Amino acid sequence: MQTADLAIRTRGLRKTFLNNVAVEGLTLEVPRGEVFGFLGPNGAGKSTSIKMMLGLVAPTSGEAEVLGRPAGEVETRRKIGFLPEHFQFYGWLSGWELLDVHGRLHGMSRQKLRQRIPMLLELVGLTAHRDKRVREFSKGMLQRIGLAQALLNEPELIFLDEPTSGLDPIGRRLVRDIIKAQRERGATVFLNSHLLSEVEITCDRVAFIKRGRVLETRAIQTWIDGETTVSLRARKLDAQILAGLAQWGAVIHSDAERLSLTVGTSDVIPDLLRYLVRSGVDVFEVTPHRLSLEERFLQVVGEDGGL
Amino acid sequence: MRSIWVLARLTFKETARKKILWMALFVGLAFLLLFGLAEHYQTFGPRITPLIRRQILNTQFIVGMYALNFLVLAMTVLTSVDTISGEIASGTIQAVATKPVRRHQLLIGKWLGFVGMFTIFLCLMVCGLAAMSYWITGYSAHHLLRGLSLMWLESVLLLTVAFLFGTMFSTLTNGIIALGLHGLAFLGGWIEQFGAFTNNERVATIGVLASIVMPSEALWRRAAFEMQSPLVGALGFSPFAAGATPSGMMVGYALVYTIVSLAIALRLFSKRDL
Repeated sequence: MQTADLAIRTRGLRKTFLNNVAVEGLTLEVPRGEVFGFLGPNGAGKSTSIKMMLGLVAPTSGEAEVLGRPAGEVETRRKIGFLPEHFQFYGWLSGWELLDVHGRLHGMSRQKLRQRIPMLLELVGLTAHRDKRVREFSKGMLQRIGLAQALLNEPELIFLDEPTSGLDPIGRRLVRDIIKAQRERGATVFLNSHLLSEVEITCDRVAFIKRGRVLETRAIQTWIDGETTVSLRARKLDAQILAGLAQWGAVIHSDAERLSLTVGTSDVIPDLLRYLVRSGVDVFEVTPHRLSLEERFLQVVGEDGGL
Repeated sequence: MRSIWVLARLTFKETARKKILWMALFVGLAFLLLFGLAEHYQTFGPRITPLIRRQILNTQFIVGMYALNFLVLAMTVLTSVDTISGEIASGTIQAVATKPVRRHQLLIGKWLGFVGMFTIFLCLMVCGLAAMSYWITGYSAHHLLRGLSLMWLESVLLLTVAFLFGTMFSTLTNGIIALGLHGLAFLGGWIEQFGAFTNNERVATIGVLASIVMPSEALWRRAAFEMQSPLVGALGFSPFAAGATPSGMMVGYALVYTIVSLAIALRLFSKRDL
């Protein structure tokens, strides 16, 4: 893929703190316009990786390009939005003032801010709290105002580090809707989240990382269409029929009435059923079961989470 | 440039919103009131000649300035010591440092905000003290502007040192270092004066060395020297009248010390992980 088509490109990005390796060697490509999930267990180096892409932390070695420019460049930051993991800001400011300060730091005009701020406060559901001091905000409200500041400049690339942390189900849905709207706008979203069910719904592609290395990158859509485990309850299953099933996938379990097999794609299920019926098998139940993101996560990362 | 201004204003507003500035002004007013009352009820017997009266008033004025200087320095350190290290520790700085703001602009903006804050406070207090002294006793201070400038430079120096160590250490450690260094300078200043008083060059040199490590107190002593009457200086009338006056070169050194400290702070802050 051409560099111009990439929102993020890292090559062997590494960060060590004294003798502790936080990120081993991150090599990653995120195309523009994609919602990209960055998944890994605690201590996998996710936040440090994001900080290196934003220029907050200097890499020990390797390189990172963001929107086609070396990470951390001031001009590139005009096109970036960032919601830190635990968003904090001066508690003595009101919600409106907080957004005003951030907008001014982006170099936005007063007129533009007068348009954007009420719109964003409405978007994150804080219009009624616009004059409330930030120190009086709940954790969820802080996340919401943090999200609003990340969207102020209509960024081309948005880094969201655990955006749903501290949010109730309504808040989580709001984040999902916002991400969807950003994708429709053509922005790239780099999402770091522990809530795998959320990631599964929102992301186009995910990367599993462990100790700062990418273990696997997958497109969610091909996943949905892809590898499926089919559970069957049927009678008159004999060894010959079981051997015949192997043409669609590996039989991973069978007894007198039950079997399960993993197929490369759910498209083959009708053929499989026709074969069984033709062979005189009485089929009572067929349940396709796609591997959830969480199950795949545990397969790839391991139950110990790399700790 | 605009970012610097935004951050300077934000820092200045912070001191006002957090009521730091107002409380400091309140304490300053209480201090001026106390000073005014003392001057109002001060009587001079018939044996006190106008010349001696003027020297006493001068000494009183310097004592007032000394207390005021301490107030400004304490406010400067206490308000600024947490600004860099605290925001790094809490992560607050991340939201700012990822905006299109250069690291040095971020630091300079905050620094200017604090400079603005204590400049207003210092000017109000010094002018208030001088006006009150003139109004009650008719005493007009010597070289007030020179004294004010030196006291201002002392606050700038201490602020810069707090910023410098704030880029390296936690808030508490930074506070201990900044105040500890000033304490060292304070002690060094007295050692230098005692050395001069007893004509002990070795002791005086120890004091000078302390001023080289931290020249903040030397600036106050130079300010006191500028504001005292020549007679008081000659007689060694006041404990604040410098026996061994820091030279103009020491003032220049303090200025360079401040600039270099700021330059190092900018460099360290630009390089450090946030």
